[in-house]
Amino acid sequence: MDSESLAFVLVGHIDHGKSTLIGRLLHDTDSLPAGKMEEIQAAAEAEGRELEFGYIVDHLSEERKRGITIDTAQTFFTSDVRDYVIIDAPGHKEFIKNMITGASQAEAAVVMCSVAEGVQEQTRRHAYVVKLLGLEQVIVLYNKMDLVDYSEKRFGEVKRDMDAFLSRLGVTPTIEVPVSAKCGDNIAARFDRMPWYDGPTALETLDRLRKMPPPTTKPLRLPIQDVYQIDSTSIGVGRIESGVLQAGQELHFLPDDRTLTVRQIRKYLEDGVASAEAGECIGVVLDGPTPSRGQVGCPLEDRPTQTRRFRGTTFWMSAQPLQVGQADLTFKCATQEQPCTVSRLNERIDSGSLEHLETEAGRLDETEVGELVLETAEPVVLESFYDVRELGRFVLLKGHTVVAGGIVTHTQD
Amino acid sequence: MDHLSELENKSIYILRESYNQFDNLAALWSVGKDSTTLVWLCMKAFFGEIPFPVVYIDTGYHFQEMYDFRDMAVQKWGLELILARNDRALEDGMGPESKLACCTALKTQALKDCIAEHGFDALLLGIRRDEHGIRAKERVFSPRDQQFQWDYENQPPELWDQYSARADEETHVRVHPLLHWREVDIWRYIQRENLEVSELYFARDGKRYRSLGCASCCAPVPSEAATVGDILAELETTSTSERAGRAQDKEDAYTMQKLRALGYM
Repeated sequence: MDSESLAFVLVGHIDHGKSTLIGRLLHDTDSLPAGKMEEIQAAAEAEGRELEFGYIVDHLSEERKRGITIDTAQTFFTSDVRDYVIIDAPGHKEFIKNMITGASQAEAAVVMCSVAEGVQEQTRRHAYVVKLLGLEQVIVLYNKMDLVDYSEKRFGEVKRDMDAFLSRLGVTPTIEVPVSAKCGDNIAARFDRMPWYDGPTALETLDRLRKMPPPTTKPLRLPIQDVYQIDSTSIGVGRIESGVLQAGQELHFLPDDRTLTVRQIRKYLEDGVASAEAGECIGVVLDGPTPSRGQVGCPLEDRPTQTRRFRGTTFWMSAQPLQVGQADLTFKCATQEQPCTVSRLNERIDSGSLEHLETEAGRLDETEVGELVLETAEPVVLESFYDVRELGRFVLLKGHTVVAGGIVTHTQD
Repeated sequence: MDHLSELENKSIYILRESYNQFDNLAALWSVGKDSTTLVWLCMKAFFGEIPFPVVYIDTGYHFQEMYDFRDMAVQKWGLELILARNDRALEDGMGPESKLACCTALKTQALKDCIAEHGFDALLLGIRRDEHGIRAKERVFSPRDQQFQWDYENQPPELWDQYSARADEETHVRVHPLLHWREVDIWRYIQRENLEVSELYFARDGKRYRSLGCASCCAPVPSEAATVGDILAELETTSTSERAGRAQDKEDAYTMQKLRALGYM
């Protein structure tokens, strides 16, 4: 038996009910192990707090004491349609790097927004991150309807604000649902408290999301991850990031600029593999010296861009600001790694309001988004994020620490 | 691509990334189903020749079946086995009266000594997010400081599959290639790959072990599941949690957090 699994990230402002929603989904789909409710009841009593569904995911003692989520966690549940991985993201600004970590693993996003408070700073920031990371399927849940007497008018007001903001971002929500995670309205069940709403429940909405297939129809890209010597045969290993590889075909490697023939596709205990496709980790035996880590194999006639200078959008995650011209950064994209500098910072943007703070700026502060020009020491092989994602997204490191995540917007400056 | 192949490919990518990034890598192998799956994935990632040792932490309290299975698998797969054992604590009579103290001495300290002796800069571990809430918070590459502490409030960001792999000199990195697998995925994969696992997992006299550890701290669960297929059928309907038989999870609500902050797996 095989099953489908879909990962979505749950984002939104602090205290808009993300952890409560997870507890509710697990509870209402019978996904909680026996004794779990009793266990969290006991933990709540020991700390003198009211039982909350959020306890199911907030596992660190500090999280329960403070009643907030600090780090991203992943929880599993199953609907009638498929298995889900919920990636819970903290709603505090100070834990934004944990939120981004979680969101980068997701295939879809659920934005929680309390109708009692309306659209807030982290609602906007998280929606922006979701947009930057290219998550196309976005569900908005308007939570805490119980606090506003299930008012259709209030729902409409908050929805108008949210829609206006999302349309500025260029995000079209897949669907928008008024819910109460605490009381269970429109999560897995419909009650009669919102007769004015006749759309799907949150769970039905999730079941309508599409599973994103691996990019097999895009041009072939095979970044070399490592080279092994097995029984005196040199095998280049890597994951096919896009497209399909056929045994016997020619592969052109960049930046080396060499063309080689694939003699064999190798997988352990499998003989005569004829082809492999996006998402598969394979080995290749070639008719010449195996290219080293960071070389990217592609068809002769359909190559990615090779460049030392390109434009991107980055989210800065370090307390130490980015300085234009700073020389100690490392660029990583797929298996490529190069020293780099930011040679221009075209725009500096407040991720919580989308406000353009400065053009031709000199620095970028924590949680700010920058549209910038990057220069690497040696040429790198890239695609626009909107063409082949796997070769269009990157991280920047300072020392061993990731300080920024970004996407390639223009492969040439 | 089917679900199990997706999980497998992701794990193989992480394994190859670890081997590339670290000079002195080892896999931690408890002979349980998860770390046995991990060793099998290493066989696949490295074309049948695992280029680093596997470490077995011997608490002295394990089931005889576990030692037998270990020796069989070492032979079959040609593994380079390293034993980690805190003999001094065992001689001083350390035992499971206090789970926190016992696990810390016989597992965490034994591992610390082993890492120091062999100079490992990274360890592969077969933990999964769905096993325990605290493990759901883990990163794939998770750094540890000199005291082995897990700074769970300030973990580094980890985007897509860009793993910041290199440890500073005073640290080692825990690598978790199975973090995204669930218990049911492991069993389906064991079935698909026809992978041999310890007989303790299969029911005898109406009981079986769902999670393996020390004989003193593991309780079997009532079960009639005698084959992998039976176990899968059982998992479809059971609502008992996997680690329900593991005593160290229960001493108090945060024992796992405390253990893990001190360097436990």
